[in-house]
Amino acid sequence: MSRVWGVLAWFAGIVFFAPVAWMFLTSLHSETDAATNPPSVLAPLTFDGYAEFFDSGAWPPLINSFSASIGSTIIVLLLAIPAAYALSIKPVEKWTDVLFFFLSTKMMPVVAALLPIYLIAQFSGMLDNISFLTLLYCSMNLPIAVWLMRSFLSEVPKEILEAASIDGAGLVTILRRVVAPIAMPGIAATALICFIFSWNELLFARVLTGVVAGTAPVYLTGFVTSQGLFLAKVCAAAVVVSLPVLIAGFAAQDKLVQGLSLGAVK
Amino acid sequence: MAVMTRERSVVDRPPPVPRKGYSKWARRAPLLPALIFLIIVTQLPFVATLVISFMKWNSLDPTNRGFAGFDNYVNVFTDPDLRSSVVNTIVLTASVVLISLVLGLGLALLLDKKFAGRGFVRTMLIAPFLVVPVAAALIWKHVLYNPEYGLFNGILNWLGFDAQPDWISNMPMSAVVLSLVWQWTPFMMLILLAGLQSKPIEPVEAATIDGASSFQIFRYLTFPHLRQYLELGGLLGSIYIVQNFDAVFTITSGGLGTANLPYMIYQTFYQAHEYGEASAAGVIVVAGSIIIATFALRTVSSLFKEEKR
Repeated sequence: MSRVWGVLAWFAGIVFFAPVAWMFLTSLHSETDAATNPPSVLAPLTFDGYAEFFDSGAWPPLINSFSASIGSTIIVLLLAIPAAYALSIKPVEKWTDVLFFFLSTKMMPVVAALLPIYLIAQFSGMLDNISFLTLLYCSMNLPIAVWLMRSFLSEVPKEILEAASIDGAGLVTILRRVVAPIAMPGIAATALICFIFSWNELLFARVLTGVVAGTAPVYLTGFVTSQGLFLAKVCAAAVVVSLPVLIAGFAAQDKLVQGLSLGAVK
Repeated sequence: MAVMTRERSVVDRPPPVPRKGYSKWARRAPLLPALIFLIIVTQLPFVATLVISFMKWNSLDPTNRGFAGFDNYVNVFTDPDLRSSVVNTIVLTASVVLISLVLGLGLALLLDKKFAGRGFVRTMLIAPFLVVPVAAALIWKHVLYNPEYGLFNGILNWLGFDAQPDWISNMPMSAVVLSLVWQWTPFMMLILLAGLQSKPIEPVEAATIDGASSFQIFRYLTFPHLRQYLELGGLLGSIYIVQNFDAVFTITSGGLGTANLPYMIYQTFYQAHEYGEASAAGVIVVAGSIIIATFALRTVSSLFKEEKR
């Protein structure tokens, strides 16, 4: 019986992975081999698709995406960690209400704020500016980060905190020596999730950026032409843009689960 | 519950009794930057949306700007496109969440068993979730669904079928749903698998000794334990899929009766430049999501209370 389950699981895994594998394979084919029916699986491999992608100005959008994602992740952590501290280790009064306020902002569809944010950007000359986008990604990820960090910080046993403060350790020492080591995996999980969500974002980037500050997802949408063959090129582009997320996600599978479940799964 | 018992240290702590105003504010201080930032960036734009929704404002006609009363709302409510986009949003969200929950549950149950290469299969199954959404949508549209040289019709051709359907034109909504199910099933699977693996083993052993069938064990032990994970997956999935823009924008460009609310608002404002109407639609979306959010928040907060016990 257990062999049947194994075969079934392998089958499901292959079915789900097939589009990803096909994307990789097509990205390594020439445009003419990519567009045949039936598909040419065994066609010779080439890096032409990748070369064409990088030659057609892919670097600026990739760099924009990196700076917006990494920048917003750092700012979010700087804001979320103290806030989570005030919601777990030394909680403010009515901390559950505050926590749910953070979550509720995440349930409001961002699209409803699109127009005023666009107008603010327009009036303040911040359209097509990567800093403005970075700031928006902060607000997008902050509620999630606060929830996650609170759940991780609340794991710090209060006995240790009390013992440390009885032994005369100051706040800074407690934070550095007691809280930080326990919270570090949680911070990594939070950073991973924030990075992925910012990296993937399309709607705001599309509306608020143009030629200068366009991010990789925006660049991808403009990559499909109506003339000529483009499948290999699109696949190469999709592989390159997905690679940071694929690597980070595979390397930190457990962190991914923790992060996605808002820290409910440890 | 088993997942969250470690939270107890926070909850058992005596409620904070700030003695003086000073210590009260010292406690609040670390919270304030995040709170103020979030209020400025997320709450103020909503107020602006509300104000603009009562204005006559088309950016292509800047001289004709003024107070419109409820005109925008009347226009939005009588607009058949908007009504269908509300229906589309519900259909899209409900079907993607339900199908990926069911598939994710099946996959999680499979992965919970021991077999050769389990870690590798798990990694393969996670991959779809890690492809950037707009890249995934492009791949589905051009590389899989394309009627002339897409992989799906290629496989049909291989298997000897003559049919070469135009997938996106024939079933536009299902095409969008399918691509999203492919991306979100791994998400559901990961959450449910974590739930399965945190399940205490003793009751199952006891039940086996007492002669319970594997269906009975699933029905009375595994499923109740998984319930909160199913709720969590469903809730988080709904929050993200309700706001989905990438797949609709890329695969159908909102055509063929697949435009959902985010796409609709994007189009009203970005292409039609009807700022007033886009805002009114935005206000309606917010009102609608307050209803869903109240329900969702109640679920989360009941999970939260359970964890406090």
